[in-house]
Amino acid sequence: MGTGLMLKKLLLLWQGIRHLSGDDAYERYLLHHHVQHSQENIPVLSKAEFFKRWQDQQWQGIKRCC
Amino acid sequence: MNAIKTSLIWLLISLVGASAIGGIALHRGESINALWFITAALCVYAIAYRFYARWLSTRVFVLDETRATPAERLDNGSDFTPTHRWIVFGHHFAAIAGPGPLIGPTLAAQFGYLPGTLWIIFGAVLGGCVQDMAILFLSTRRNGKSLGQMSRDELGLLGGSAALIATFAIMIILISVLGLVVVNAMKHSPWGTFTVAATIPIALLVGVYMRYLRPGHVLEASALGVGLLLCAVAAGGFVDSHPTLHKWFDQDGLTLAWCIMGYGFAAAIMPVWMLLAPRDYLSTYMKIGTISLLAIAIVLLQPDIKMPALTPFIEGNGPIFGGKLFPFVFITIACGAISGFHALISSGTTPKLISNERYIPLIGYGSMLLESFVAIMAMIAATVLEPGVFFAINSSAGVVGSDALAATAKITAWGYPVTALQMQSLAQQMGEATLFARTGGAPSLAVGMASIFGSAFGQGMLAMWYHFAIMFEAIFILTTLDAGTRVGRFMLQDMLGNLWPKMAETSWLPSVILSSAVVVAGWGYFLYIGVIDPNGGVNILWPLFGIANQMLAAIALAIATGILVKSKQLKFSWVTAVPLLWLVIITTTTAWQKLVSPDVRIGFLAAAEQLSLQLNQHLLSPEKASVAPQLIINLNVDAVITFIFTSLMWLIVLDMLHTCYRYLTDQPTSPLSETPHEVSLLNAEWVRD
Repeated sequence: MGTGLMLKKLLLLWQGIRHLSGDDAYERYLLHHHVQHSQENIPVLSKAEFFKRWQDQQWQGIKRCC
Repeated sequence: MNAIKTSLIWLLISLVGASAIGGIALHRGESINALWFITAALCVYAIAYRFYARWLSTRVFVLDETRATPAERLDNGSDFTPTHRWIVFGHHFAAIAGPGPLIGPTLAAQFGYLPGTLWIIFGAVLGGCVQDMAILFLSTRRNGKSLGQMSRDELGLLGGSAALIATFAIMIILISVLGLVVVNAMKHSPWGTFTVAATIPIALLVGVYMRYLRPGHVLEASALGVGLLLCAVAAGGFVDSHPTLHKWFDQDGLTLAWCIMGYGFAAAIMPVWMLLAPRDYLSTYMKIGTISLLAIAIVLLQPDIKMPALTPFIEGNGPIFGGKLFPFVFITIACGAISGFHALISSGTTPKLISNERYIPLIGYGSMLLESFVAIMAMIAATVLEPGVFFAINSSAGVVGSDALAATAKITAWGYPVTALQMQSLAQQMGEATLFARTGGAPSLAVGMASIFGSAFGQGMLAMWYHFAIMFEAIFILTTLDAGTRVGRFMLQDMLGNLWPKMAETSWLPSVILSSAVVVAGWGYFLYIGVIDPNGGVNILWPLFGIANQMLAAIALAIATGILVKSKQLKFSWVTAVPLLWLVIITTTTAWQKLVSPDVRIGFLAAAEQLSLQLNQHLLSPEKASVAPQLIINLNVDAVITFIFTSLMWLIVLDMLHTCYRYLTDQPTSPLSETPHEVSLLNAEWVRD
């Protein structure tokens, strides 16, 4: 395996970890906002504001099991 | 040519798997290598996933790749979002895998390694995985509806209410038994108590860090937290050796139980970001890290299993819990083989994230395979201990006596040699005063893990590894405890809202406090009784939890069977009907024995009767006599609960059969609630990334 391919796989893994943990949630939100709501006049949330909403929303319903 | 090659590979996997299963099943000797267990499990999983899960997808559930999933149709960028399959897999696995698959196999090891191992492997591939996948599929076809909603839609009001009650009940019993496991791990262990206590301020700090100091920097905050947790494990050693601090953290079971109740109440009313969310991050990383480390250590070290394949305790009279192999092994190991609780997760967040139906086998069936594998590793960690040591750690004082010499003599007389000196030196190595009567699974698992880690990564740090393992188990037990209390609170608020709408407002403080207090009082009661019970409490609570969990699984499978029949798939409905039948048999048999068995270690009522007889004739020591009245009441309460659980399960199964009968005889039934087909427009490999 070449170094380039290896690096690419590691990068993919890192992206996966960030996605799973929600570390990149704000970036994904900005992208979603840009794609879906760019025509409408919805203001973009700040990172702190977005994170509050995201975290509260993550914890609705049954999230953990035995 | 390629087809032949593939066939040959699968043939080889089948042969290796069959010989590994045969090896562990027929082996009768001194010891057997743990790699046989890993090989057997992995081969069976591979075959089951490749053939059974695929067959289920194409023939039974008929997954449709062209069909748009709720994540696509209802995409709102938050709860409904098409997400990459491996990300969903990660979320789903993190949600289903709790402390259950670690505790159940450890307790069931009293029967020997074989029964538990076979049930974990085959129960998962034929039961648990099918249940998880079926419910995930059904919920995905119904806009991510919850199990309760689906059962109301498909079976009617009765099914819906029963599912709701079952969920609430299982939550209460689950939390109390988990609390008891933590108490047994922490009592008179200053090192363990300090480490577990330290997880609370660490979680608070991580919470503040990711909310206010560096908003949204989740990984950074988590790394900080994990680092602090490891420091806390090391600092515990200092606390243990410090005379004053030692005394502070050296507490008896009851004090610790009250602390846990106070903690649970605080966690339920605090905002999630403060405690629940950061604790959840920490526990998820610890869980994934430790389990991977354990897998690596087992493969590197290839430890020998010292426990025999079967012990004489399959006949009943086991020291950890009473009851014969059938049905008790199937009740003791719920998570890891089949767990009804998973149906709540499979019909919760996960179906709202799946981007295409073709990933349902990976996420539904695959995650459960991985959980089953975690259970196999717990079984290995418990059975690498000398059986004498295993029984000395796990047998309660009520069974073997509280004197070390008497206890070891009794265990040695069972045929599992162990000496008081050996236990003393083991406790010393682990940095504990004693390891006797630490019923519940966590300490013996920690000793097993510590010895595996110690042999693989350095023998010098056994005490550190032991307390690391205790911290690792405690942290996600407490996560389940506070998340469960919170969910219980919401459910109760919802139920009370039917009587008085204001109660349903989740931010109205009086309702929050009242419902949290009721939930904590519910599990706190069982925890309290478990702690004062001289027989350890686990022998009563764990079977109750098993019955509750299997009952929930039976409800889920009944819903799935009913829907399969109504979807004109009668000829394939056995895929859920057979596991359902099995669960009905084992839960009913267990419940029956728990109610009518004359053996006081099994029958609740027999035990209550014997205790009150002894109390009346003044045969009990003053210490036992003081708690006897409470124990008697509790045994009766347990009997009533068992009866209610079983009746609920039967009601739902009969309701399902009635619905099927009506459908098959062309009488009107409630229509299928599946959402209509819409063509999927998503086609990317990495969805939105």
